Amino acid sequence: MSSPNSPMVGIVDLCKRYTKGKETITIFNGLNLAIPRGDFVAMMGPSGSGKTTLLNLLGGIDRSDTGEIEVASERLDRLSESELSRWRASHIGFIFQFYNLMPMLTAAQNVELPLLLTRLGRKERRQRVETALGVVGLADRVKHYPKEMSGGQQQRVAIARAIVSDPALLLCDEPTGDLDRDTADEILSILQVLNRDLGKTIVMVTHDPAAARYAKRSLHLDKGNFIEKELAA
Amino acid sequence: MRSIFLQILAVTTINLKSLPQRLWLSLATVIAVGLVVTVLLAFLAMANGFQRTIADSGAEDIAVALRSGSLSEINSVVLRDQVRLIEDGPGIARGADGKPQTSGELYLTVDGTKRSTGTKASLPLRGLGPQGPALRRGVVITAGRMFNPGTNEIIVGKALGKEFEGFDLGQTVTFNSTRWTVVGIFAADGSVFESEIWADLPVLQSLFKRVGAVQTVRARLINPAAIEALRAYSDSDPRLKLDVMSEAAYFAQQASNTSDLIQKLGWPLAIAMAFGSLAGALNTMYSSVAARATEIATLRAIGFSGFSTFVGTLVESLILAAVGGVIGAAATYLVFDGFTASTIGGSFSQVVFNFQLSPRLIGQGLLLALVVGLFGGLFPALRAARMPIVAGLYGS
Ligand SMILES: Nc1ncnc2c1ncn2[C@@H]1O[C@H](COP(=O)(O)OP(=O)(O)OP(=O)(O)O)[C@@H](O)[C@H]1O
Ligand SMILES: [Mg+2]
Repeated sequence: MSSPNSPMVGIVDLCKRYTKGKETITIFNGLNLAIPRGDFVAMMGPSGSGKTTLLNLLGGIDRSDTGEIEVASERLDRLSESELSRWRASHIGFIFQFYNLMPMLTAAQNVELPLLLTRLGRKERRQRVETALGVVGLADRVKHYPKEMSGGQQQRVAIARAIVSDPALLLCDEPTGDLDRDTADEILSILQVLNRDLGKTIVMVTHDPAAARYAKRSLHLDKGNFIEKELAA
Repeated sequence: MRSIFLQILAVTTINLKSLPQRLWLSLATVIAVGLVVTVLLAFLAMANGFQRTIADSGAEDIAVALRSGSLSEINSVVLRDQVRLIEDGPGIARGADGKPQTSGELYLTVDGTKRSTGTKASLPLRGLGPQGPALRRGVVITAGRMFNPGTNEIIVGKALGKEFEGFDLGQTVTFNSTRWTVVGIFAADGSVFESEIWADLPVLQSLFKRVGAVQTVRARLINPAAIEALRAYSDSDPRLKLDVMSEAAYFAQQASNTSDLIQKLGWPLAIAMAFGSLAGALNTMYSSVAARATEIATLRAIGFSGFSTFVGTLVESLILAAVGGVIGAAATYLVFDGFTASTIGGSFSQVVFNFQLSPRLIGQGLLLALVVGLFGGLFPALRAARMPIVAGLYGS
């Protein structure tokens, strides 16, 4: 294991290809990337440039072909599927464009899901769920079902679910892609607070330059390579 | 360990809570499995009821002796000396005259014609001694009289007379080129004997060239427990190579042939239907996995194990099948339990009996349902566990 001072993300010479039938699409060919702990990165780039693919690789739900990928001090390219599962449970919070809540579960039950993978007892789990829903400002929606909530509220539940087990890295794929401007701003403010006050490292894919301004910096992905631009805070 | 359990519980809860979205398909599976169980249990209940009814009609204090290994009367031979040894055996009841209450009997078959269809069938013709009728429960002459010893007279069981031509009181019939007169009709408490023709033993022995031999010996015991002593006596005497059992045991053994046959019809039919319902269960479970792809992938991304999605899917399938099994068993119970049937072929042609379910049979039905659920869920569950997370998340 590397030291806690190692970067949150360290990618060296990463290659990723998809084969569909006889066709092989190369997404990354020798990608390098370092993201320090506590960073908030907006990842932009044209459609098909590999943003989602990279996020999936960082989250350990997709596999690289060659190269090193270290996230939260773990070499993901060396973990088995079940090791990856366990690693995800304690290190990663995913936030999706379409929230991906379980429609048959209440807000609290949705948020509780990651805690079922921990050793916490029922009481502790409930406290953590309340805290997480409090952080996103939904303490009064505990018993509501997703369909009884607006898109912005659902995304806040999803954020609560992503942070409830206190992972170090949040991976957000177009978290405001389905929301109007004002609601998007609410969500982005929450992410900003999570980064600034709770020290979460955040990698956020977005097409929206206004959303990217909430991050500390943006990375532009194009044809499998980065063009970095520092942003004024 | 606890986490695995919580994961499985969560996945299963999510599956079951999403069932209403797949209501009709799931219901179809439940009903298909229910039908399989109903068919199976109907057959098993029929076999069970038949066997119990037959066994119940036999007496515990009547002994039946056949040649060792001859599973039924028709294959048995008991020689005159053996009959005498049995008469002197232990535990045999004696009448007021001091004579042992035994009856050596011949059991032959003759041709008859069915009234309903005009088809030929073999009928049992029994030759018995004067004590024979008294060694059976409830034998009464309902019309005419008993045959006279030494004559070509017969009496006919009322069930047989009803079903076959030419056995009305006073009619003559020809067996083995000799003519016989029907002088009486008898009832025998609804037992199998009502499907027989009875004649005087010595007359049959001479006309059918069986002088000096019978096929079975029937004897009244001083009490039901005496059968043990009689069997021990027979087993210890090398001249007596006989199987000795109570009439109830003998009937149960005879009935088991037919009830085995019913079961042998029931199981393949139920299993063939089970394959049909298996196809339905597979279809239902594959669509369940497809419908839940995003949910499964989301759970996996959160960190849920593939194993939990596997078990969750399997449990859903098993629950659907179990519900079907319970409904099937309940339907069988409501529709068939106590349902009265009659006219099964073979030597028990006129037996009236009830379908009888038992906990053991219901267990067999539920087991079959669960087997369908297991195989119907297995491959879809594997698919759920192995589905690439990315594919599930982005619906490719
Ligand atoms: N499972 C897959 N099989 C084959 N090709 C894939 C697969 N997933 C992604 N791709 C291809 O990889 C490339 C990058 O896809 P990716 O989803 O990472 O792009 P993106 O930058 O997120 O695009 P968008 O902005 O539209 O979301 C695309 O050309 C896509 O078609
Ligand atoms: Mg994308």
